[in-house]
Amino acid sequence: MSDAAAAIEVHALSKRYGEFEAVRGIDITVRRGEVFGLLGPNGAGKTTTVEILEGYRSRSGGDVSVLGHDPGTRSRALRRQIGIVLQSGGIYGHITPREALRHWASFYPHPRDVEEVIALAGLQEKADVRSRRLSGGQLRRLDFALALIGDPELIFLDEPTTGFDPEARRSAWETVRKLRDLGKTILLTTHYLDEAQELADRVAIVKDGRVLAIGAPRELGVGASHYRVAYRDRDGNFVERQTDDPTTLLGELTAQALARGERLEELSVGRPTLEDVYLELTADGDGEPAGGARAAVGEAHDD
Amino acid sequence: MTETLSLGWRQYRLERKMFWRNPSAAFFNFLLPLLFLAGGGAILAGNQRELDKLLPAIAGMSVMSTTFTALAYNIVFLRERGVLKRIRGTPLPTLSYFGGVAANAVTNTALQIGIVILAGKLIFGIGWPHDWPELIVFVLVGVVSLSALGVAFAHAIPNFESTAAYVNAVFLPVVFISFYVFDSAGAPGFLRQIAEALPLKPLIDGLSGALVSGSGLGGELDALAVIALWGVFGLFFAVRGFSWEGRRT
Repeated sequence: MSDAAAAIEVHALSKRYGEFEAVRGIDITVRRGEVFGLLGPNGAGKTTTVEILEGYRSRSGGDVSVLGHDPGTRSRALRRQIGIVLQSGGIYGHITPREALRHWASFYPHPRDVEEVIALAGLQEKADVRSRRLSGGQLRRLDFALALIGDPELIFLDEPTTGFDPEARRSAWETVRKLRDLGKTILLTTHYLDEAQELADRVAIVKDGRVLAIGAPRELGVGASHYRVAYRDRDGNFVERQTDDPTTLLGELTAQALARGERLEELSVGRPTLEDVYLELTADGDGEPAGGARAAVGEAHDD
Repeated sequence: MTETLSLGWRQYRLERKMFWRNPSAAFFNFLLPLLFLAGGGAILAGNQRELDKLLPAIAGMSVMSTTFTALAYNIVFLRERGVLKRIRGTPLPTLSYFGGVAANAVTNTALQIGIVILAGKLIFGIGWPHDWPELIVFVLVGVVSLSALGVAFAHAIPNFESTAAYVNAVFLPVVFISFYVFDSAGAPGFLRQIAEALPLKPLIDGLSGALVSGSGLGGELDALAVIALWGVFGLFFAVRGFSWEGRRT
């Protein structure tokens, strides 16, 4: 399992708070240079897992390696190589982003250029405004900038867009893509499916402290295979067929129907998406996830 | 070590910058004791015996407000806002961070004591301090003890909204009891015992000796011991159970 190219290796990680088991045996490997998403509902154990990797929390069991270090020892060498965007990390209200970045830069041996980071985070116009006057979205950009100033190899993003309006989300996503383009390894937690789909190279779906599925979003759901073509046939029966090649299948079906002078009632073509996989895996067991919910989530990730 | 020191110095400079930019902090640290001095001075004008008592009492209160009160406020605010947690995730050494924060509080104390001394010389007819070594020793021990107690007390405060209530529930009674017992020879015995056991009254005694009477450090060793004991107690609880992040709701 040991992989020289791995930025993070987690094996059989567990964490209990008294009686409660927040994390129950998680195994993940994050490769260098990839954006890895931990996707799951609230309370799935995502933040606990990430905070163990960041060195904020101790673990109850398992092996963890972050850039070759055990984060439990809280070594400075490790903290010099990582950048952390917390779910709710505050910043001094009486200094400006430029001042904060200059200060933060002094913590690191080889910081990035302050002006460059300001530009990267899109803070040019707010660089000299006191932080207390910044909006939520602007503060988030400052979070990114502060996490980036030390030129880290690995960046943790814990629910980076929770509570954002659509525009702020887009801009945060843009920043994450820029970080990926810089070759950074990124570990992202989110409970937004579209966010995982948009940003992550690979996703682990987590629930109740366990990994339910792991893989590229496309492998998990949006594959070339498994298009579902459904319609009602002439006897009134509902038919659903799965195919790798919906074009051909639809051609055949419509040709046959036209030849018979019939209509394909209620014809629909669907791709199982990450949503399907996610909802199926994270459902509480009582019944199938409703189609309506699926449609609603699907709309939310339209580009 | 050099790096820890230079990062501590940078943190200190940042803390100073932020202090001056925050009007309410500047007000509580500088204007309030000045107002007390002016108000008390106006009421007690002409009564040198009372003025001699007002000055060390205000000096003692200044030490407490610039360290205990200011640090409790600061720590709770930064903890609940998530600033401490963010700093915890950087390579900034813990020692550098707290060194900078503590040095900031000490600077405010020194400035305040300076103001009080100047007022004593220029307005209250008390002259320059009579015993500089005693002054320095008491201020130093007072600063360390009350800073540690402030950080320790921050652990007991559950959220930022209740900070004022918690801090004043301690600060005001301690100030009143200490001032009363220090000023009035006829204070009830149990109040006197309470005041002598708390750190502020011994601190005021020491400052009174240093600023006004020149009684000498030798005569105030008991008082110094009480403050130092509180310091040991405070340091223990300041370090133990220090929380870098707010409780989750």
